[in-house]
Amino acid sequence: MYDMKALYEAQSVEDAIRLRIEHPEAQIIAGGSDVLVQMREGKRAGKELISIYMIDDMRGVSLDEEENLRIGSLTSFSHITRDPLIQKYCNVLGEAVDQVGSPQIRNIGTIGGNTCNGVTSADSASTLHAWEAIVELTGSKGVRRVPIKDFYIKAGTVDIAPDEIQTAILIPKTSYENTYGHYIKYGLRNAMEIATLGCSVNVRLSTDKKTIDRCRIAYGVAGPVPMRCPSAEAVANGAEPTKELAKKFSHAVIDDINPRDSWRASKAFRQHIAVEMAERALEKAVELAGGEMK
Amino acid sequence: MSVQYKLIHCNINGKEVEKMVDVRASLTDMLRNEYRLTSVKKGCEVGECGACNVLINGEAFNSCIYLAVWAEGKKIETLEGLLSPDGSLSDVQQAFVEESAIQCGFCTPGFIMTTVEILNAKKLYTDEELRKLLSGHLCRCTGYENILRAVKKVMYRRLGKEIDF
Repeated sequence: MYDMKALYEAQSVEDAIRLRIEHPEAQIIAGGSDVLVQMREGKRAGKELISIYMIDDMRGVSLDEEENLRIGSLTSFSHITRDPLIQKYCNVLGEAVDQVGSPQIRNIGTIGGNTCNGVTSADSASTLHAWEAIVELTGSKGVRRVPIKDFYIKAGTVDIAPDEIQTAILIPKTSYENTYGHYIKYGLRNAMEIATLGCSVNVRLSTDKKTIDRCRIAYGVAGPVPMRCPSAEAVANGAEPTKELAKKFSHAVIDDINPRDSWRASKAFRQHIAVEMAERALEKAVELAGGEMK
Repeated sequence: MSVQYKLIHCNINGKEVEKMVDVRASLTDMLRNEYRLTSVKKGCEVGECGACNVLINGEAFNSCIYLAVWAEGKKIETLEGLLSPDGSLSDVQQAFVEESAIQCGFCTPGFIMTTVEILNAKKLYTDEELRKLLSGHLCRCTGYENILRAVKKVMYRRLGKEIDF
């Protein structure tokens, strides 16, 4: 038995919003692989929960009328990885969430929960930042769309109003078109591991594949929230994809990131692997885009 | 608080069932206490060891971190459902016996239900892929090699291929 004060079950988004207003103290629970574990450990013991897990309308991946990729917030990691639209337009997201926990965790864990937690180590977070995802929130006053970088306020805190729930994550067409990316997770073991550092890089090459038109890079665990690296991106944008560029690009990330010492790894070690991961991920992204690193 | 109950209707191992369930219960609690399905083990109870693993609508879930109320309308399969009416074992269970993939047995039901999900895909996986697919389970006895052999054995047999260890 879980030590919970009460459970309120939402059957629809409207239901969830009403319950949020009626029970301001209650914690939202999606798949529960974080909330229930924290409840078991005593951290969230004795709290009220609003379960949104049964709202099936919030599951699935689709293209909206503007051809933006729309991922329902309750879509599980394993369903994202297997989804044909994700595989076609944003394969790296499917690969990134395939590194969360274990197969069972990937069946219960949701992309909405992964982002609403506000943790920097979330495997989806760096890729969503690197692809400039938009977070869709639905509340009593309607729908609000927030860029993912503004959604993360500080460690563990995200921009959700007391009458809102996150209903979808969008990847705009301008973001995924002709774009290819790669994610590298550094952990001490393969399964059931929280990233020591996560790095997601994507590129869009010119039609002759000789120039990097747009390069975006984001990290998880390189700071209190996931972050992009503007200095490194400036180095790569408009440049020719060469091995030398990859080196320059990867060293530029040091100006952008701000990792900390923790029991998992020291700041110096994180900085060291951040450079290595940036170089490898850029090379792989260029290769996936059909380019060649000279 | 006053205890909160809810009537939960679902299909367990092919049978339509319903029971009043305490909303604070995990699916592990419900399956063990209400239905006496004790193959569903209480291990870590935080979703790390896989001993409580069951199939829900064909996918593997750690039932310890799954609320019992979420079982409403779902199809749940546990190890007990694999046994045929005459008491003979399924091919997966038999392979675990043959390959000595069991010692204390505590992790076995969880491993076997994940194996059922893996093999339902009817694909030929590499060793590396199988290790990843089995990585949600901890076994402190066997060292995993025999478990991997058992899974591979059934995979090859079901696909009508020669076993290649």
